[in-house]
Amino acid sequence: MRFIDPHIHMSARTTDDYERMAAAGIVALIEPAFWLGQPRTQVGSYIDYMSSLVGWERFRAAQFGIHHYCTIGLNSKEANNEALAEQVLEVLPRYLVKEGVVAVGEIGYDDQTPVEDKFYRAQLALAKEFDMLVQVHTPHRDKKSGTLRSMEVAVEMGVKPEHVVIDHNNEETVQDVLDRGFWAAFTIYPNTKMGNERMVEVARKYGSNRIFIDSSADWGVSDPLAVPKTARLMLDRGIAAKDVEAICYGNALKAFGQSGQMKEEHWLNPAPIDQRMLFEGNSVLRGQTPRVGEPTIIDRIDSVVFK
Amino acid sequence: MTPELLLRQWLEGRLPADGRAWLADAAQKLRTGSDTELYRSISLVTRKIGKADLALSPAEMRQAVAAREGWNPSDWSLDQAARIYLLLASGSDGATFLRRLDQLCNTADVGELVAFYRGLPLYPDQPRYVLRAAEGIRTNMKAVFEAVAHRNPYPAEQLTEPAWNQMVLKTLFIGSTLHPIVGLDRRANPVLARMLCDYAHERWAAGRPISPELWRCVGPHASGEMLRDLGRVLEKGTDPERKAAALALTSSPDPAATGLLRAYPELSVAVSENKVSWQTLAGSV
Repeated sequence: MRFIDPHIHMSARTTDDYERMAAAGIVALIEPAFWLGQPRTQVGSYIDYMSSLVGWERFRAAQFGIHHYCTIGLNSKEANNEALAEQVLEVLPRYLVKEGVVAVGEIGYDDQTPVEDKFYRAQLALAKEFDMLVQVHTPHRDKKSGTLRSMEVAVEMGVKPEHVVIDHNNEETVQDVLDRGFWAAFTIYPNTKMGNERMVEVARKYGSNRIFIDSSADWGVSDPLAVPKTARLMLDRGIAAKDVEAICYGNALKAFGQSGQMKEEHWLNPAPIDQRMLFEGNSVLRGQTPRVGEPTIIDRIDSVVFK
Repeated sequence: MTPELLLRQWLEGRLPADGRAWLADAAQKLRTGSDTELYRSISLVTRKIGKADLALSPAEMRQAVAAREGWNPSDWSLDQAARIYLLLASGSDGATFLRRLDQLCNTADVGELVAFYRGLPLYPDQPRYVLRAAEGIRTNMKAVFEAVAHRNPYPAEQLTEPAWNQMVLKTLFIGSTLHPIVGLDRRANPVLARMLCDYAHERWAAGRPISPELWRCVGPHASGEMLRDLGRVLEKGTDPERKAAALALTSSPDPAATGLLRAYPELSVAVSENKVSWQTLAGSV
């Protein structure tokens, strides 16, 4: 089985992580633009950060045979510095149309302040203008009402639910998200929120339609192998392989694939120019065509990740 | 024909109707358009045109060289050709061109960086881009580095000797190959030869392998200590290394080099009968 981690902040991770992710069968990932743990003070810091998301980090991932995509946006936390946020909003269009940018994101609410609301709406408008998907970060605090509000505002701004991924769901929010036709992503955190045991029960209860998981691994305590590990646990607990595959690979691809920027052929049959320039010297993708559901990859997870 | 017109012609012959229409429209807008228009069009190229190989015919390759001496777009892709075409179509004032290019590079993705550096030999007012080329050489991304260093006549024409020497040394340092560097033999110099020999000593001390290509830039300036290094390679090197040392010695003007080679008759014969060349050695790297 192969995996996609549709939300992981690789800029904050080491090459050891890339190695283990590739070995565990992760073929592609999405790195949302986020904050760096402390607030930025200059628009130039955002420019360099976003350039690294489409440049250096993409190259770094490629060295390990992993296809790197990203989302571009102003996160809700830093939206609260209004003067700076205005400047960031101005440079976003430079990045939104770059190759491999699959959505505007991660955007949404943190403390649900009026300024956050202003920039969430402004970025939904950008998504409309550029015909893009949206990746929504739901707040950690007052989660349920923040999640509902995120969806209501998106609809109000004329963005279609099927073009929006609502992330960081839990048992309390998932039903509303699915009922309204949005994609429901779950972040598997090692200690807080969704643990992978809980995710197995979510999969059992809600099935695999429009649901997928990610690690959201960043500079904090987090696990870049959350997706393959949870897949393994689901299989062990009797969730059908086709559902596990949908939750850990297929649905994220369907959701973000709507952008036209992320395609299975990128890793199954990469463009010759990328193969030559970016993937030189790695053994993961050298012209061979891996097969979906290839059983040997399951063996690799057994030996590399879980023992 | 100018490179700009050639690129347009090649692209028009290869793109489907919608891609052709988009490119024509984008180029038209640029002639009067703002910087923002240029930045957006250039970033949109992969979405509109794709990344298939440009795959030029031998006749088209001859057109390239006729349009710009030393220009080698043999391994370009459609998006790279389109990006350079749009840049060239946006104007030919050197100062404006450089300002826009710097802006583009500052916010570029990997694919864009490779395209912009591959385009260096085509930009107006050539000496203006020396610092830009040096910046490309400083990169940690191998694909970007090679966009400057390989199949690109710009470095040999424009770089100062220290910058050139750094580029050649770095090519080996990052595990890349020397043979695609344009002007490699013409710009060989004694300082570079000394730097390469020092590098060889470092690698020997660390017990790490050395690319046989290293000796290509040492040969023409080899004498004294350097000849001793080449002698060591002849004595202890792997088969490709020994062939490389023999080739290097034949390019040395020092009579002692000829004497050194005479002790290895098979190598000496192989070189004099053209059974070994830097091209064949490069294939074995």
